[in-house]
Formats: sequence, C-alpha cells, structure tokens
Amino acid sequence: MPRLQPLLWVYLALLALLALTVSASFLPLGGLSPVVSTAIALAKTGLIAWFFMELRSEGWPLRLALMAGLFMCSLLLVMSSIDPVTR
Amino acid sequence: MHRLEQADAHHLGIFLASEFLLFGGLFAAIVFYRIVHPQEVVEASKDLHLWIGALNTVVLLTSSLTAAMAAQSAKADQAVGTKRLLLAAAALGVAFLAIKAVEYSIEYRDGMLPVPGGDQQLGEPIAHLFMNLYLVATGLHAVHLTIGILLFLFTVARLWSLSIRLPRDAVSITVPALYWHLVDVVWIFLYPALYLAR
Repeated sequence: MPRLQPLLWVYLALLALLALTVSASFLPLGGLSPVVSTAIALAKTGLIAWFFMELRSEGWPLRLALMAGLFMCSLLLVMSSIDPVTR
Repeated sequence: MHRLEQADAHHLGIFLASEFLLFGGLFAAIVFYRIVHPQEVVEASKDLHLWIGALNTVVLLTSSLTAAMAAQSAKADQAVGTKRLLLAAAALGVAFLAIKAVEYSIEYRDGMLPVPGGDQQLGEPIAHLFMNLYLVATGLHAVHLTIGILLFLFTVARLWSLSIRLPRDAVSITVPALYWHLVDVVWIFLYPALYLAR
C-alpha cells in the first residue's frame, strides 16, 4: 500500500495557501499585493513540485530542466518589467 | 525506485520548461499592464468572479492530488486504484472546464467577454485589453487541461487493454501526471494575476 498520507497533508497545505492568498487580496496592501500573491503562488509551486511531482526522488536531469524553465520565466518577467518600472 | 530514465527525464523536463515559457510570456504581459496601468487593471480584475475562480482552484488542486496518488498507486502495483484515481482526476478536469464554461457564459451575458456580441460593457480600452489577456490565458489553459484529460483517458484505456503493465510501466502514469501538475501550476499563477489584482 503506498503511503498517501503525506500527499493529503500537502493538499491541505495547498488549500490553506489558497485561503491565505484570497484573504490577502482583501487587505489594503497596495503595491505589496502582487508581491504577496506571487510569493504564495511560488510556495504552492514548491509544494506541488517537491511532493506531487516527486522532484525530491527524481534525479537532477528533470530538476535542472524545470529550474531552467523557471529561471528563464523569471528573466522574462524581470527584463520586461524594467522598462515600465524605470520610466 | 521507479525514477524516470535520465534521457526521458531530461526530454520531459525541457518540454515542461517550454510550456512554462509559453505561459510565462502571457504572465509577463499581464504584469507589464499591471505596472503601466495599475488602477485600470485593478478595476477590471474586480469585475471577474473571484469565488468561481477560487472554486476552480480547489477543483484543480484536488485533481492534482488524485493524479499524484495515481502515480504512487502505479508504483505500488495497484492497477485498479490507479485507474480509478486517473478517472477521478479526469472527471475533476471536466468539472473545471464546466465551471469555466459557466463563468464565460455569465461574463458573456454581462457584456464583459471580448468576443463578438459579448463586449458591450467593455468601454475602457485597458479593461478591454485586460479581458483579452484573460480570455487568451484562460482559453490556452483550458486547451492544455483538455489535452491532460485526454491523456488520462488514453492511459486508463491502455491499462484496461493491458498494453501498460504495472509496476513495470509505472512511468506511463508518471508522465501524464507530471503534465497535469504543470497545468495546475500555471493556474496557480494565473488565478492571483487575473482575479486577485488589488
């Protein structure tokens, strides 16, 4: 029988993070609001990648390829934000 | 251990990373307009149905749980459980699409959807632009979800026909499950960027 209990805990943590991100959107955070929601989304992604996608037991080829994708996405976001932020 | 072969893992990883970049471009566009037109984007975002989006997030997270459980069951040589869990994940995917269709129909009725006959209330150009991004991003996500559902159904059919044998071919369950989780992660970023811009 596979050990499914850890997956259930991760699922509950994901639901809690969803509740947190929805609640945070009602707070008057101003410019911090997108930072908070993106940080929570990154935390959820970490949980899904590590436990649901089982990156903790996969080898480095898959981890590296996925990290490269995330890195390129971050680069895209930072580079495309520099222009409007510094206007 | 049922790890992916190195070459398979690398190829799959590159494919998933390319999917990140596909949605990354759309996400960058949303962030760009959020920075350039903060007020208008926040107002447009407030017109979206936050709670329908939250419900769909719960549905998708639950489907990811069942997909992860299916991958574990496959490794533990539990063919019946694997089939049931894959079908549950596919059914939750269909539920997500049904809820999304209801949401689109509400937006169409309210004149908020940028399609012919459905955009009467989109007067402000930035609101129109934001809803264009919303429709393209959620539409593209729905296409990916549909592919994921078909992959799961195809995998269940292969399990039934015994062209997949567990636990030897557990990787045939792991791969569609990984794709499904990626679709889930895309939604995890789209949901706050579109629905919770404040």
